[in-house]
Amino acid sequence: MTDVASPTVRVSTRPAESRRDIGIKRRYAAERRFRAYGISAIVIGLFFLAVLLWSVVSKGYTAFQQTTITLPIEFSEKVIDPKNERATDPKRLLTANYPVLARDALVKQLGIDPKKRPLVKQANDMISDSVRTQLRDIVVADPSVIGKTIPVTLLADANIDSAFKRQIDLSVEESKRKVKDQQVAWMNELAEAGVLKKSFNTGIFSFGASSRPEAAGVGVALVGSAYMMLIVLVLSLPIGVAASIYLEEFAPKNRLTDLIEVNINNLAAVPSIVYGLLGLAVFVNFAGMPRSAALVGGFVLTLMTLPTIIIATRASLKAVPPSIRSAALGLGASKMQTIFHHVLPLAMPGILTGTIIGLAHALGETAPLLLIGMVAFVVDYPGSPLEPSTALPVQIYMWANEAERAFVERTSGAIIILLIFLVIMNLGAILLRRRFERRW
Amino acid sequence: MNIMSEAAVEKALDQKMNTVPLKMIGKDVSVYYGEKRALFDVNLNIRENTVTALIGPSGCGKSTFLRTLNRMNDTIENCRVTGRITLDEDDIYDPSIDVVELRARVGMVFQKPNPFPKSIYENVSYGPRIHGLARTKADFDEIVETSLQKAGLWNEVKDRLQEPGTGLSGGQQQRLCIARAVAVSPEVILMDEPCSALDPIATAKVEELIHELRANFTIVIVTHSMQQAARVSQRTAMFHLGNLVEENDTDKMFTNPDDQRTQDYIMGRFG
Repeated sequence: MTDVASPTVRVSTRPAESRRDIGIKRRYAAERRFRAYGISAIVIGLFFLAVLLWSVVSKGYTAFQQTTITLPIEFSEKVIDPKNERATDPKRLLTANYPVLARDALVKQLGIDPKKRPLVKQANDMISDSVRTQLRDIVVADPSVIGKTIPVTLLADANIDSAFKRQIDLSVEESKRKVKDQQVAWMNELAEAGVLKKSFNTGIFSFGASSRPEAAGVGVALVGSAYMMLIVLVLSLPIGVAASIYLEEFAPKNRLTDLIEVNINNLAAVPSIVYGLLGLAVFVNFAGMPRSAALVGGFVLTLMTLPTIIIATRASLKAVPPSIRSAALGLGASKMQTIFHHVLPLAMPGILTGTIIGLAHALGETAPLLLIGMVAFVVDYPGSPLEPSTALPVQIYMWANEAERAFVERTSGAIIILLIFLVIMNLGAILLRRRFERRW
Repeated sequence: MNIMSEAAVEKALDQKMNTVPLKMIGKDVSVYYGEKRALFDVNLNIRENTVTALIGPSGCGKSTFLRTLNRMNDTIENCRVTGRITLDEDDIYDPSIDVVELRARVGMVFQKPNPFPKSIYENVSYGPRIHGLARTKADFDEIVETSLQKAGLWNEVKDRLQEPGTGLSGGQQQRLCIARAVAVSPEVILMDEPCSALDPIATAKVEELIHELRANFTIVIVTHSMQQAARVSQRTAMFHLGNLVEENDTDKMFTNPDDQRTQDYIMGRFG
C-alpha cells in the first residue's frame, strides 16, 4: 500500500511563522505597573487621611467631656443683697459677688478653715470664673432662690479639667505647673465623693467666645456659619444656575461669551483672600456694611462659590444628551420649555452636587473672613446676620493661637465638629444625587 | 366585466396619485452651514397623505432638507436657509410664522429613539399639554390611548403607562416616539431614518405603522435602505451631493429611473 494522503483530514505541517515581536509581555508588564502605581497612590492617600483623622480625633475627643463640680450652693442674702436693695435697684442682682457663693460652698465641702486665705484661694481656683454669670443667671431668672440652698453643677477650672483628664504631667516640679499638689488631692477627694466628675460637654456647642477655655464654645461661630451658608445658598444657587443656563443655552457663541467663560474659569482659581480684600473694599468700605457681620461674610463667600457652581452647572447641562433637546423642540416646545421641563431636571443631580461642594468649600473658608473682620471675640449670639459673629473655621484659627492646654483639645474638637458638618453636607449631596437620578 | 386587472388598478391609483394635492412645496431651497453650502436649489413637493422617501448616499443633504421642513435647522448655529418652503400656502420661513406652531403642525421622529426619561404616559401627553390640546385628565387619557393605538403600542404598554419610556425595547421606544409625535395631531410627520437603530422585526412593525399612518398624515421619511423606500413610499426623491437628482413615483424610480445616477445608486454601484 502506498502512502496516500487522506482526503478528509489534513493537518497543516507548516511550521508556525515566527511572529513579529510586538512586545506582548512588555504591554502586560506596563499594565501591571500602572495598576500598581494607582493602588499605591490610593494607599498613600488613605494613609495620610488616617493620620490626619487620628491626630485630630485623638487630640480632640476629650473636648467633648467637661469636668464639673456639683455643690450645694447657699444663695445667701448676706452676699447677694446685704442691704436689701433689689426691689429698688435692679442692678443689685447683676453686680452681686456671686463667685463667693461658689467658693464658700466648695470650702465647706472640703472642710477648709475659711480663715486660711491661701488654702481658700487655691480651692477657689478650682472653680471656673464662669460661675459668676451662671449663678447670676439663676438668681435673675428666679429671685426667690435667695436664702435657699440648691445643688448646682459648676464648671471646673480648665487646669483642673486638664488634670482630671490626665493631660498634665504631675511629675513636674510643683512650682512649674499650674495645678498644685493640694488641688490634685482635693480633686481626687471630690471625685471619690462623686462631687467632681466628667460629663458630656454641651457647652462647646452652645458657648460663645471666652478667654476661659472651659467656658468657650463654637455656639456663636455655628450660628454665624449657618447664617452665611444660608446667604450663600440663597444667592449663589439661583444666580449661578441662571448664569449657566444663559451662557450654555441662550448666549451666542462669540468673542464676548468666550471672554466671559475664560474669566469665570479664572475666577474659580483666584485665591480666596483676594475675595476677602474685594469684600472689604466693596461691601464694608464702599457700601458701608457692618464689619464682622455674617451678611458681608455671606456675600464674599457667594462671590467665591459662584464660579464653582457655574462651572459645575454648565458641565451638567452640557452632559444632557442633545437628543432630548431635539425631541422637545421637535414637539414644538419653546426653548424655555425644553430647558425647564427636560434639560434642567436631568442636569439637577450635577447642579446639586456642584452646589453642595461649593457650599462645603465656603463653610471651611477662613482667609476672606479674616479680612472682613470676622475674626472677632464675639460672646453673644448674633440676633441677625447684620450683627457681629464669627465662623467655625475662624473660631478654630483663633483657638489654635491660644496657649492653654485646654484650648488645644478644643481646637481639635472644633475641627471635629467642622468635619462632621462637611461629612453631613457631602452625604446630603450623595443622597440628593441618588434621589434625582432615580427619575431615570 | 367590472373586474379590472391588477395593472389597471395600479394605473388608476397612479392617476389618482398625480392629482393628489400638494401639502408642502419647496422652491429653490438652499442651505448653508456657515460658508459651506449643503443644498443647491432643491425643488421638491410633498404630496398630501403620501409617504415620500428621501434617499441618497450619506452626506447628500436629504436629512438637511428634511430638517428644513420643520425648521429644526434653526437650532444649528450658522445654518442659513434660502428659497421658499410652504405648508398649505403658508411660507414657513415667514417671520409671522411661529416656529412652535409650525412644529406642532409638522412633527418629527428621530433616527435614534429618544423618549423623555419620564413615564410612557408623560411622554405622550407632553405635546398636548404644552400646546393646550386637552384640559381634563380624561381628555389626556383619551389622547394618550388613541395616540398609542395609532402607533400600535397600546396593547403592549396599556398596563404600564406609568413606567419609564426608556425602559421599553428599541422598537417600542421608536413607536413611543411616533405616538408622541402623533399626539399633537400634526399634519406632516418627518422621519429621519426611523429604523436605522432597529432590528428587522421592529423595523417591519414601524414600516407597517407608517403604512397605516398614511391615511391621516403626510409622511416624509429619510432612509438609507432602498428596500424600505420601495416598501413604504409612494414617491421617492433621490439626492446626491446636495442636489435633487430625481423625484418620481416609487415604482418607476425602482424599475425605470430617468436619471443614470439614480439607476447606479439603486443598483448599488455607488453610495
